[in-house]
Amino acid sequence: MSVPRYWRKQLNRYNLKGSKCETCGRHFFPPRGLCPECRRDGKIVDCEFSGNGTVRTFSIIRTASSDYDIQTPYPLAIIELDEGTCMTAQVICEPEEIHIGMKVKRVFRRIIAEGNGGVIVYGTKFVPA
Amino acid sequence: MREVAVVGIGLTEFGEKWDTSFRNLFVEAGANALEDAGMSGDQIDEIFVGNMSGGRFVLQEHIGALIADFAGLTKNHIPSTRVEAACASGGLAFRQAYTTVASGIQDIVIAGGVEKMTDVGGSETTDALAGAADREWEGLVGATFPGLYAMIATDYMNRYGLTREQLAMVAVKNHYNGARNPMAQYRKEITVEDVLRSTLVADPLRLLDCSPVTDGAAAVILCPLEMAREFTDTPIKVLASSQASDTIALHDRRDFSTLDATVAAGRRAFKQASLTPKDIGMVEVHDCFTIVELCAIEDLGFCAKGQAGKLTEDGQTALGGSIPVNTSGGLKSCGHPVGATGIKQVCEIVEQLRGEAVGRQVDAEIGMTHNVGGTGATVVCNILGV
Repeated sequence: MSVPRYWRKQLNRYNLKGSKCETCGRHFFPPRGLCPECRRDGKIVDCEFSGNGTVRTFSIIRTASSDYDIQTPYPLAIIELDEGTCMTAQVICEPEEIHIGMKVKRVFRRIIAEGNGGVIVYGTKFVPA
Repeated sequence: MREVAVVGIGLTEFGEKWDTSFRNLFVEAGANALEDAGMSGDQIDEIFVGNMSGGRFVLQEHIGALIADFAGLTKNHIPSTRVEAACASGGLAFRQAYTTVASGIQDIVIAGGVEKMTDVGGSETTDALAGAADREWEGLVGATFPGLYAMIATDYMNRYGLTREQLAMVAVKNHYNGARNPMAQYRKEITVEDVLRSTLVADPLRLLDCSPVTDGAAAVILCPLEMAREFTDTPIKVLASSQASDTIALHDRRDFSTLDATVAAGRRAFKQASLTPKDIGMVEVHDCFTIVELCAIEDLGFCAKGQAGKLTEDGQTALGGSIPVNTSGGLKSCGHPVGATGIKQVCEIVEQLRGEAVGRQVDAEIGMTHNVGGTGATVVCNILGV
């Protein structure tokens, strides 16, 4: 991925900032510029998520592309944030520890380094709350 | 709208094809389809090619032109278009060809699909396939493709009490069928124990729950039903062709264990054909992972939600069962050259309806296909009949 693309996404990657529709109250992460329910009638504003959530489903990734080799095996989950939207993220815990319904909170972590001299990508992971 | 028929089918053998190229795979399948229809290339009006990622797998774009060129069809300068919807690219090519003929824009159209996946290493393949989901918000955080479907399996097993053994039975059944398909990548039966002993890829999915990496191509020829007898004594009618979309990311779905796009595409297809699931004699569903076959059987309406594991365990989806599923061996055993799969499914149903599926023949007059792109962001369904 290119450096300009990382720069463009930094706000959302580093801060868990998304958007919400003030018309219907739905929250979006990653941010959407258009509410799928209200479409052009929806008023979209920025919003920051609390970072607290619940594991809805999960897997333990044991084979990944080479950028992730150093981390495997790692727990991956779909987390429902307290504001009501879901996102996919790694959960930092032992593979046998993760379960549906587990309460988690966000942390800022390194995601990958692209090879030996490439861009280091940071972003959101979760830890048990 | 005109009625449309399939008058020719052609496949390459599926597998690791080290000695043949991307372009030659398609040409072989296309030539087989023309041969099957007893047709000359000069009679073709238009081409649609399903291909997911020529750009990643063989560093080639502009696939439509490449295929027309090497198929020897540039002489008449006919239109040739590559269509893409990840693993549903083939299904999409079929639907494009169908609508083109049904609308009266063209008479004779080839719908093909091709993928050459083994020219790159396993890590690159995994990375390219991850582009079928949300690259930035699933792939980049570490979600692999098996990982996403594994999360569907975790949710499904937790809610419906599906056992690990029942999941394995899907792979066992599909390998039994694939062992009877001369074009299949893995013509070898396996046991439940084999599946349970295979390497964990993404819990709870093991290696033998996953479809393989495959090279291969498939092609079918469509024309108006009223012209079909010029080419074949056994035209197969296209009774319906439907497509549906859903969110690109799994985490944005209403229900992780129900593919709403499957439900929508299925309903549209049944409505177009004025049929119900009870009328379908066999179905080729998109079993890129064992769990998806179970979701598909339910989401298309062949049984209630949560019952597909039991249906499989009872042998109802096997050859001779009440609704044989994936008589070709499915993606699991026949192989999954992603762009070609949707067309291969149509080839299998046509072969079955013609009564030519030696060793795995089902007695039926109507069959259905179900082709998924990504984790269910695109679904194409087709219903075919004699």
